[in-house]
Amino acid sequence: MSEDRAAQLIDAVRSAAADGRQLTLLGAGSKAPAANHGNALAVAEHAGVLDYRPEELVLTARGGTPLADVQALLGQHRQQLPFEPPMIGGRGTLGGAVATGWSGPGRPWRGAVRDAVLGVEMINGLGERLVFGGQVMKNVAGYDLSRLQTGAWGSLGILLSISVRVSPQPEREYTCRLACGAAEALAWMRQWARRFSPISATCFDGGALNVRLSGMAESVEAAASRVGGEQSPDPSLWQALRDRELPIFETAAQGGAALWQIHCAPAAKLPTGPCLVEWGGARRWWRTDEPPSAVRAYAAEADGAALPAGVAPSFQTPLMRRLKRAFDPQALFNPHLIDADAL
Amino acid sequence: MEVLPLMKDTRVLERLRSVLATGALITEPAAMRPYETDGLTAIREMPWAVALPGSEDEVCEVLAVCREHSVPVVPRGAGTGLSGGARPVRDGLVLGLSKLNRILEVDLDNCIARVQPGVRNLAISEAVAEHGLYYAPDPSSQLACSIGGNVAENSGGVHCLKYGLTVHNVVGLKVRTIDGDTLELGGKGFDYPGYDLLALLCGSEGMLGVVTEVTVRLLPEAPAKVVLLAAFRTLEAAAGAVTRIISEGVIPAGLELMDQLTLRAAEDFANAGYPRDAAAILLCELDGDAAEARALQGYAARLFGEEGAYDIRQAESAEHQARLWAGRKAAFPAVGRIAPDYYCMDGTIPRAALAEVLKGIGELSERYGLTVGNVFHAGDGNLHPLILYDANQEGQVELAESIGREILELCVSVGGTVTGEHGVGVEKLTPMCAQFAAAELAQFERVKEAFDPARLLNPGKAIPTLSRCAEYGGMHVHRGELPFPGLERF
Repeated sequence: MSEDRAAQLIDAVRSAAADGRQLTLLGAGSKAPAANHGNALAVAEHAGVLDYRPEELVLTARGGTPLADVQALLGQHRQQLPFEPPMIGGRGTLGGAVATGWSGPGRPWRGAVRDAVLGVEMINGLGERLVFGGQVMKNVAGYDLSRLQTGAWGSLGILLSISVRVSPQPEREYTCRLACGAAEALAWMRQWARRFSPISATCFDGGALNVRLSGMAESVEAAASRVGGEQSPDPSLWQALRDRELPIFETAAQGGAALWQIHCAPAAKLPTGPCLVEWGGARRWWRTDEPPSAVRAYAAEADGAALPAGVAPSFQTPLMRRLKRAFDPQALFNPHLIDADAL
Repeated sequence: MEVLPLMKDTRVLERLRSVLATGALITEPAAMRPYETDGLTAIREMPWAVALPGSEDEVCEVLAVCREHSVPVVPRGAGTGLSGGARPVRDGLVLGLSKLNRILEVDLDNCIARVQPGVRNLAISEAVAEHGLYYAPDPSSQLACSIGGNVAENSGGVHCLKYGLTVHNVVGLKVRTIDGDTLELGGKGFDYPGYDLLALLCGSEGMLGVVTEVTVRLLPEAPAKVVLLAAFRTLEAAAGAVTRIISEGVIPAGLELMDQLTLRAAEDFANAGYPRDAAAILLCELDGDAAEARALQGYAARLFGEEGAYDIRQAESAEHQARLWAGRKAAFPAVGRIAPDYYCMDGTIPRAALAEVLKGIGELSERYGLTVGNVFHAGDGNLHPLILYDANQEGQVELAESIGREILELCVSVGGTVTGEHGVGVEKLTPMCAQFAAAELAQFERVKEAFDPARLLNPGKAIPTLSRCAEYGGMHVHRGELPFPGLERF
């Protein structure tokens, strides 16, 4: 699928600006439910890989390019997206992955989405087509406005194309499973964070600690015997975790208790109740009846922040509002993320 | 940007003096002399005054006085920057952060260190070495440069291909804005919700805020390391080997290239044992656990052989490795011995364009009659051409600047950037015009305004004004057919 819709998108932004009409950007719709704010502007049709040079470890693709297409192309060259973006229901676009900034199970070892973003081409709220960053690994020319788009949920502009760093697929992957309780699992994760190892993901799923080892065969085999436990019968666990398909993510089954996503100091003490712990302890998914204030108090205590799972953050500090206005003076894009009246 | 003339108002000086410890405000020209330049020593300017606060509170109070009286503020770390980012402005205050040099916390459970901005880069790794941990980014100035300056420049180093730049290794920042706000960005974990101001601040050259605390990730040291030296008969073959090894899925911890001029200078200086007859050498560091390092070593040696390396040496002992690296680390001073002056450039290009750009640099060198040495972070495509010249010979400074500019334009033309890790500062304002269009520069300006509407923080750095670029565009002649190459051009 390849289609250049940049001209139409620029026209849409300019006419919205002229009419004072707000725009809700809609990609594949896999992560954010279509919001009822402003008019939806479909951006997913602007799709297609523009440049991929495996020897450079760089891929450039239009924002609407399906993640599945990107993964398939990279797979042909035994490469991958290091940040393992969730593909909810198997869907999602590269632009959506960058806009949400959702990183997968390997984040502490392989880097975040923003770590892999090398450059963007975007449309700001003035309808201008802008290029920041590039296709090279090191670039300090001007402010890093390309990484700033990561996790901005499209509130600063439309991502026309994105250049990302890709990485070689590991030669071998192996998952160990260690039966233990939550506290023991967390202590294990922190202890191993201080040792050099080919660990590339950890996940305490309520019953056991799962540890993914990735790298050269020799190194993975040596580490597997050091880690111990048994070989996991189900290495697809990591994809299910990435795509948020494990039981803890299933809303219907859990009798109304809310699921919270907590990013915190990795060694911080665990909350009580069902909790999935990944990223060496730095991300927790907590299913609880506690009121939001109690959840936020827990997160603050853990040197972290809590968000209801799968929800966009709001960009409400005065500085964030000024930054929004710097890109989008009329607050056209995704107004529901920012209190437009306060601009 | 024009800086409004500021009366040397004794009342403002008195206010600054009153919020600082005794002796922490410097106004005597002789005492301010060390602050008139940074690592880009060709460009100097005496500041109005220098403040050396000893605490975060003092930083805030100094900023408050400067805001109230519209005094420009130039934040400064260790002053080792290579692009003039800390060069003072005549009517402004230099805010030196070197006294904020305490390691506030080493948290082994969370594998982080929380430090003040004046802490030296290497001091962090030294402080945690006993635990088998280290802070990964290692700019060549790491003995002297400060972590606050590293954040301002998003510094890299030899090992960033595998372990990342400053932005990848900093998890938290405390920043004071000129408006008096405190920004607590990130923390001990990862990816907190909201705009990624942490990433935005990295590499912002002190234009958006003053960093008063930095929380960095600590990584475990790799148990095994091996360094390979591969010698090639042509520069192109060495460049080709760089592309090959990475496309085969090997990510070296470090991959450096030196051409014949620099490897000979380094050999004369440091006796590293480099083959003097090579047209270029690669230094390749591979790390991992013992099994991994051994496997990578054999694989890399085979690939280099296939790409035409005629001499491959494998250093397994720490002493032998240190000796091979000693030459690389001494390359700049070594080149400094064979010419009165040198000018170090910092473009980054796609690796596949290495051979083409190195050839282009060779042609420029011939046309200008100036020798250019090449020693650089090949794995990242980050070039550091060293332009040799003699400032005492009439016209050579201008020639050096001119060839430097053309080299950067060449980098941009193959899809690269005018600065990979040294920053724009004042040095690369004009080359920025070749990389960014007017609307992009205006977007940078609006971001600046969101943080610093009065434009008091580090004025005139990093982002060229539109009028500067218009002037440049008017004068610019592509590919060096300059009518008067000896003429001084702003």
